[in-house]
Amino acid sequence: MSFINYMAREINCKIVYYGPGLCGKTTNLQYIYERTNPDAKGKMISLATETERTLFFDFLPLSLGEIRGFKTRFHLYTVPGQVFYDASRKLILKGVDGVIFCADSQIERLEANQESMDNLRTNLAEQGYSLEKIPFVIQYNKRDLPNAVDVQELRDLLNPMGVPDFEANARSGMGVFDTLKAVSKLVLTELKRGG
Amino acid sequence: MVNPQMVMYEEEFNQIQTVVDRLVKEANARVVFIVDKNGQLIAAAGDVDNLDTTSLASLTAGNIAATGGIAKLLRENEFAAQFHEGEKANIHIQLVGNRVILVVIFDAKSSLGLVRLRVRKSTDELNRIFEALLSKVAAPGADSPFAEITDEDIDNLFND
Repeated sequence: MSFINYMAREINCKIVYYGPGLCGKTTNLQYIYERTNPDAKGKMISLATETERTLFFDFLPLSLGEIRGFKTRFHLYTVPGQVFYDASRKLILKGVDGVIFCADSQIERLEANQESMDNLRTNLAEQGYSLEKIPFVIQYNKRDLPNAVDVQELRDLLNPMGVPDFEANARSGMGVFDTLKAVSKLVLTELKRGG
Repeated sequence: MVNPQMVMYEEEFNQIQTVVDRLVKEANARVVFIVDKNGQLIAAAGDVDNLDTTSLASLTAGNIAATGGIAKLLRENEFAAQFHEGEKANIHIQLVGNRVILVVIFDAKSSLGLVRLRVRKSTDELNRIFEALLSKVAAPGADSPFAEITDEDIDNLFND
């Protein structure tokens, strides 16, 4: 749910990175953080375990510039990917405006991707959202790895709806901003429609 | 969308700001701020210059969300208030109308008793303001300033 502040002339939107454990959600945020002009970003917060697994969420506030005199601010969140943190994932989805599903391209993770996608669908439905209606894009991460499966196979498995999808390597940054831009555009388009 | 759009207008913003400005003084607090449950900062008062209010807002909302989750498991509706005691700074967090969060940061110049007393009074006032705001937003014909955004406007945002 976006927040329109007429007083501060700001639009605030919430974008959530979803996906199985170790697929690279936090790495996406880290790359965005490193490559963004200091004026346009706030502090990145990671609530992680001692082994750097996300415990609750990562958070990165970004400013994208002005649109019709309103500053657009995006709050990026990641969810903890590990299966047993489901209660936390549900909390982070509250009030979401757009979702990026980060898939792990490795053949060993096909099932984990599918499971996480099902979980996303269920958790959104619990809040009255549906993947068909919410701004949604998919990122196929870790394309550089030798055990990455064919994009078409991932697409058949995870993207039957044909939402915008992107190949990425979050560590090098390939595809990271393309994915973010795509979902941001969808969110603003939704806002335009009065969503 | 399921949730009504959160919107803030100048009139209500000024009312809210008056309440938080007063609360800082009356509670002898360092900082007072209001966040919505999704972690967006709505208003702040006091010594906010040296404070990362955006991060604080997001973490406070996360905290309230987690506590709300615990409450649900215990079949409680909500834990409306929380208090964290530090060596120098303390923080009192209060849910207002199950919609926004009122946060008071204070030190040894104040006390938990005083803060709770003043927060209670402000909560009632804030409740009324937010109820009025919500009914305004829900009213039919509430205009969206973004209906006129063109695809070009959106594209321009990303041309760098």
